[in-house]
Amino acid sequence: MPATADVTTALREKFPHATPRPSLDHPAVNLPAAEVLAALQYLRDEGGFDMLADLTAIDWAAGVSPRFTVVYHLLSTTRHDYIRVATDCPDDAAPAVPSATGLWPGANWHERETYDMFGITFTGHPDLRRILMWDGYPHFPLRKEFPLAGIDTPLPDAEIMAETGARVIPAPMAGGPFVAAPGEINLTEAEPRAKDESWNERREKPDA
Amino acid sequence: MAAEFSFPDAAARAAEFEPEKMSLSMGPSHPSTHGVLRLQMELDGEILTKCDPVIGYLHRGDEKIAENMTYNQFVPYTDRLDYIAPLANNMAYAIAVERLAKLEVPARCQAIRVITAEMARISSHLLGLGAFGIDTGAWTVFMYAFTEREKLYKLFEELTGARFTTSYSRIGGLARDVPEGWTGRVDAFCDQFLPILEEILALLTRNKIFMDRTVGVGVISREDAIAYGLTGPNLRGSGVGSDLRKDRPYSGYEQYEFDVPVGTKGDSYDRYLVRGEEMRQSVRILKQALAKFPGGPWYATEARRIFAPPKDKILTSMEELIQDFMIVTAGPQMPAGEVYFEAENPKGVLGFYVVSKGGGVPWRLKIRSPSFCNLSILPKVCVGHLISDVVAILGSFDFVMGECDR
Repeated sequence: MPATADVTTALREKFPHATPRPSLDHPAVNLPAAEVLAALQYLRDEGGFDMLADLTAIDWAAGVSPRFTVVYHLLSTTRHDYIRVATDCPDDAAPAVPSATGLWPGANWHERETYDMFGITFTGHPDLRRILMWDGYPHFPLRKEFPLAGIDTPLPDAEIMAETGARVIPAPMAGGPFVAAPGEINLTEAEPRAKDESWNERREKPDA
Repeated sequence: MAAEFSFPDAAARAAEFEPEKMSLSMGPSHPSTHGVLRLQMELDGEILTKCDPVIGYLHRGDEKIAENMTYNQFVPYTDRLDYIAPLANNMAYAIAVERLAKLEVPARCQAIRVITAEMARISSHLLGLGAFGIDTGAWTVFMYAFTEREKLYKLFEELTGARFTTSYSRIGGLARDVPEGWTGRVDAFCDQFLPILEEILALLTRNKIFMDRTVGVGVISREDAIAYGLTGPNLRGSGVGSDLRKDRPYSGYEQYEFDVPVGTKGDSYDRYLVRGEEMRQSVRILKQALAKFPGGPWYATEARRIFAPPKDKILTSMEELIQDFMIVTAGPQMPAGEVYFEAENPKGVLGFYVVSKGGGVPWRLKIRSPSFCNLSILPKVCVGHLISDVVAILGSFDFVMGECDR
């Protein structure tokens, strides 16, 4: 079984488009979306990374390009090492990466969740539907423009909605959330700011 | 001779009927789905031909919430992931963020965290066993297990002020030091617990009914367990001896001697055996940790931008007051970067992927929850089993929907 450092070197030789990714802990590589499946397969079959520990995405906010990054964490159950593989979604408006379900059946639910939360399509996924939110939910909650309070949405069951008039309404936030912005602070910006997501049934939702 | 008797035209009669499959929905509120899990099942008679777990009923958007608050403010939310073992979640989250800051906490803090995590493991496994017993028709186990669990909750309450929602960890330390005499009471608990544990396990281990319900039911092969990302006792039940406390020791686990039990067949019974043995091993770890319980500071005293100073200093010294103000308002200051940390929790491996742009608020916090990954194998495992076996399989998985749905 080769050591993780050797695997990372070999991976970068085999996939010349792979670039090192800054990381505070585990070895990490960036790969173009077209090559990520082949690289994952290489890591699984040759590199000994037999378990897909985690699969998720990061939204770098609207207007940033590339906007979405899909991140895979692989674990070797024999060598007990992790490797992080990341790939930027080429299209910011309709992000898509190939599905890893062919390599690990466990990727199925992870990819459904990532699709559910970010709207990233995994091409080749056998059953890409929402998993945490209900089918037909119109938003992608973990995208940065989605407010913490939530968005006014019809109930999944139209019949119950017609009967009761109930809807999914945003939480009353009382001017909040009060939170400092992520990123290095300077003294004037150190205080938490009210993001004001308090629009609710009594206050109009401001146009985004 | 009853065995030789048969209805001559029964088979011919049955062929006239179209074989029909039935669709059945079990849950989201059903006693044997352990929370708000719904199983959409397709049945051929009483045998499952298809199973689609429907999750998300307990989705509270924890990851979204994390992006809108400082690192310390998120600690109470980690209680509500695996709410059966909040102390273990607190610790996993704190270590993940500390890895981001490259911060090492003192030995006393590490030891307290190990002690609380192992107590949480015992309490979680006790509930898991008790509920598993009920699922398979053994009520007594539950009563015995809950009596012991209650004693643990008394100790949790004394330590953290809360029985359930402990919120005990802080980034760089703990909410408070252990109270006077508390370690002695934990030690006394361990001593009286071991014989009772043997009694509890003796109710199930050679129990004919329990074995009939679990042996050979819900078999997961070693390969499948790895491919689906199973972790914890469910993975070890399938014969993979992977335990992060041994493989990648954190919080000083390398100092303690303990064994990692593994199963041989990967059935529900093996998963039960693994949990039973893990409780014995947890007591072993507790005993060692209590024996060499170190003194010294219980929080990272040098991390001035991360851990708030003690209250008496805040009230008397200007410098400490400013520190406290900054940590409370802007959050503990972290460098930019990303870390992924996994801890061996009672239910399996709980992972936190923290992406920071610096400052006191994470840019993205992904929670990799063991129950989510463990349940993803259900569509494969349940097919071909009776409905009553599905109940046994769910019991043997020991999942919590709070962390599955987040």
